Amino acid sequence: MSIELNPGIPEGPLSQKWDHYKANMKLVNPANKRKYSVIVVGTGLAGASAAASLAELGYQVKSFCTHDSARRAHSIAAQGGINAAKSYPNDGDSVWRLFYDTIKGGDYRAREANVYRLAQNSTSIIDQCVSQGVPFAREYSGELANRSFGGAQVSRTFYARGQTGQQLLLGAYSQLMKEVDKGKVTLFPYREMLDVVMVDGKARGIITRNVTTGEIERHAADAVVLATGGYGRVYFLSTNAMNSNVTAIWRAHRRGALFGNPCYVQIHPTCIPVSGSYQAKLTLMSESLRNDGRVWVPKKKEDCKKDPSTIPDEDRDYYLERKYPSFGNLAPRDIASRAAKEVCDEGRGVGESGLAVYLDFRDAIKRDSEAVIRERYGNLFDMYHEITNENPYRAPMRIYPAVHYTMGGLWVDYSLQTTLPGLFAAGEANFSDHGANRLGASALMQGLSDGYFVLPYTVTNYLGTHAQELLKKVDVSHAAFDSAENEVRAEIDRMLENGKKGKRTVTEIYRDLGKVVWEKIGMARSEQGLKEALAEIEKLQKDFDTDLLLTGDSKLNKNLEMAGRLRDLLELGALMARDALERKESCGGHFRVESQTPDGEAQRDDENFAHVAAWEYKGKGQVPARHQEKLVYENVKLSVRSYK
Amino acid sequence: MMSTSKSKTIHIRLRVWRQESRDAQGFFEEHELKNVLVDMSFLEMLDVLNEQIIKSGKRPLEYESDCREGICGTCSLMVQGQAHGPIRGATTCQLYMRSFVDGETITIEPWRAKAFPVVRDLVTDRRAFDRIQMAGGYTGAKTGPHADANAILIPKDLADRAMDAAACIGCGACVAACPNASASLFTSAKVTQLALLPQGQADRKRRVIRMVDQMDKEGFGSCSNLQECEAACPKKISIQNIAILKQEYLKAALAADFRAGMGSADGGA
Ligand SMILES: Cc1cc2nc3c(=O)[nH]c(=O)nc-3n(C[C@H](O)[C@H](O)[C@H](O)COP(=O)(O)OP(=O)(O)OC[C@H]3O[C@@H](n4cnc5c(N)ncnc54)[C@H](O)[C@@H]3O)c2cc1C
Ligand code: SF4
Ligand code: FES
Repeated sequence: MSIELNPGIPEGPLSQKWDHYKANMKLVNPANKRKYSVIVVGTGLAGASAAASLAELGYQVKSFCTHDSARRAHSIAAQGGINAAKSYPNDGDSVWRLFYDTIKGGDYRAREANVYRLAQNSTSIIDQCVSQGVPFAREYSGELANRSFGGAQVSRTFYARGQTGQQLLLGAYSQLMKEVDKGKVTLFPYREMLDVVMVDGKARGIITRNVTTGEIERHAADAVVLATGGYGRVYFLSTNAMNSNVTAIWRAHRRGALFGNPCYVQIHPTCIPVSGSYQAKLTLMSESLRNDGRVWVPKKKEDCKKDPSTIPDEDRDYYLERKYPSFGNLAPRDIASRAAKEVCDEGRGVGESGLAVYLDFRDAIKRDSEAVIRERYGNLFDMYHEITNENPYRAPMRIYPAVHYTMGGLWVDYSLQTTLPGLFAAGEANFSDHGANRLGASALMQGLSDGYFVLPYTVTNYLGTHAQELLKKVDVSHAAFDSAENEVRAEIDRMLENGKKGKRTVTEIYRDLGKVVWEKIGMARSEQGLKEALAEIEKLQKDFDTDLLLTGDSKLNKNLEMAGRLRDLLELGALMARDALERKESCGGHFRVESQTPDGEAQRDDENFAHVAAWEYKGKGQVPARHQEKLVYENVKLSVRSYK
Repeated sequence: MMSTSKSKTIHIRLRVWRQESRDAQGFFEEHELKNVLVDMSFLEMLDVLNEQIIKSGKRPLEYESDCREGICGTCSLMVQGQAHGPIRGATTCQLYMRSFVDGETITIEPWRAKAFPVVRDLVTDRRAFDRIQMAGGYTGAKTGPHADANAILIPKDLADRAMDAAACIGCGACVAACPNASASLFTSAKVTQLALLPQGQADRKRRVIRMVDQMDKEGFGSCSNLQECEAACPKKISIQNIAILKQEYLKAALAADFRAGMGSADGGA
């Protein structure tokens, strides 16, 4: 019963695979393009760039997002930067090196061909964005500036102050709005996608709910792209925006799309620590800060509550510099996060809770002056000051790891198509390019590569290949739309009806879920903990079904939206536990305590786990089926990832 | 989780705007919150209020937020009569309860402007901003091969000034704060960014004409230099941009060659 997972990697040497794909793909003749329509769900970097680019080719595009405006997608919050193998600093970078760093950074759990294409596309992305008027940081020479990010020894990160995501998204958004003005894209804001509609085995539409009016709507098309972001909000507390969710890809999963590596989650080392039980969201302090900030904790436990400025250098443990001398403070995220957890577990954490480490700019300010540091990180320092009421120019920041990014997502082949024909997934919503750990500044790169430079080709190839069938148009009156809509309606009605009787609010159940996944499917995972997580999530699912308290009506009602999302997150949480349980190795962000080296580093098991786990939904409460895509490494040698 | 027992707390009274729908009559609803931690953010305080409302069986209060770190432009509340509240250079989500005193009565309203109708309670429909963008807030670049990013050098100070303008988050506080409900600050930010950069030159005139025209069509008022927008703007977008906008508009409107081409599909110029 195991599904044969064919990644569809083109022939030829690594560096020519993408060219080979493009040379052999099916085209759609220009006059025919307007006969096809494509639905793009999501307007983050991946969705906005895909929608604009597909419209420019001539397809009729329908673009959906949950916000009032496409510009508010969560990509807007990315701070630090975007990688590209431009090699402007002449410091030894190349497409190969970016490819290699990404494969290694992902702990050898990503697909070679995809990652190589990503590295190839990276340089075009920067050119594209500059042509849109993205105001990247520049040197006095007028050339583009670069900085370094974790997991790399070259400077290849482009940035726009601490607002890179904002500027890249506004660039893609402006290109999208240009196509809306031309009538090639129709915008559907305030819409939440609640189902994919399959007709004769192909994705032919979606069901949405207008979140302001509550109307349930049907939309038909010839292909559907999901670019709906990551699912870090399963942890309740994360750096993700309040509206980030798993619903779109989860509903696709329920319709048969396999879910790849759900347990691969990135926990970012530099976030503002949790400060109270009322919190709904955590704030990231960009990784770029690690270019100049030094991470430390006191050597002696008794120093932990002291004023840090009174602790002399010889009593400070700059543990990243000590353990990883060649990468130092720029060790990759999974490693830096785990190291922080370790020193805090030893009782050397700082701050009121003991769950924090210092990120100290004292030496950088001494070396470069406060003005220079302000110029580089001013807005991040201000943000820290606002939230904590402490001045980071005077005292070191206190930081702790928090959930940030999900490497897992819908399984896609080389063309970014899911296991449902005609359904594509892009950006953080797919599982594709980062293996078990993503390098900093690579998510923006991937989202834009998928949207600008991959989907326009691969969606075209799909439409061209299935032209005969797709030109027979499917109408929203098709029976498949009836049944999908009815299911969506029934689910909403059930929640509203049940919600009249229960006692536990959405937030209460959601917080409990977050606590379980953070503690048991977080930075360290054990067989026992994962089994406990499964049992606890099952209990929360019961609470949700029988004891939910939901008030208000079916029109604009954030709480109702959240309830629907929570329903999906509960199922996802269980799947993450299962995936983590089955992957009896440590790799990247997935750390199984049973599988570590004597010095506490992640111990991979290449013999048994050099594969992608792709899960098949078997119904509510049923055990899902695990399938595999074998990862074949023809160009890099699997080795122990070392940053020492 | 960290204990918060040491933190200071305050008692507050709230007057929050409730309105069923766009055309319904709105009113202020009063609430009291005890033991509000001063380290809580303003929106977290509203989250706590909402739990209280839900537990009493009533319809929850609708207010928007997403990033909760001042960058997405989703949050949008008038707090004590000020757009985004009493702190300068901050969004509603960046407001903390330490800005309020024990016993204070806090009034919370939606943005009030003809072009931003209320959807429900504190949520307004700001899609008019999208339509202004649509009219010309782009360079016209398509996806495809472009000149190398370093082919055109851009002096650092120019890039920095463009970035200052590009920092606008589209929140609408400028409109809410302006007695005329003008969208000039928002529009000028985009126009200035693209007017400064070499990539924005080709359609510079068409852009400003179309964006300003759209702004008028949406029912935003005109700018009479009251400077309330700059004071309310969480990103400190400078009112100088409006001066640039006016200049750009005048130059474009006077350009006869442009006039001739304006009606054509590609807009000329
Ligand atoms: C604080 C922060 C900082 C970051 N900094 C960096 C960085 O410096 N560099 C880097 O490379 N990466 C960074 N990342 C990661 C990166 O920002 C994201 O991975 C990336 O932006 C995701 O883009 P996306 O297009 O896939 O999805 P998103 O931007 O999340 O967009 C999702 C879209 O889908 C829509 N949507 C979701 N569900 C539905 C539904 N059911 N129906 C309809 N629409 C739906 C939303 O409305 C939205 O438009 C950061 C992430 C965070 C949280
Ligand atoms: S100009 Fe300022 S106040 Fe107006 S929309 Fe932009 S950021 Fe908001
Ligand atoms: S919620 Fe994003 S700016 Fe306030």
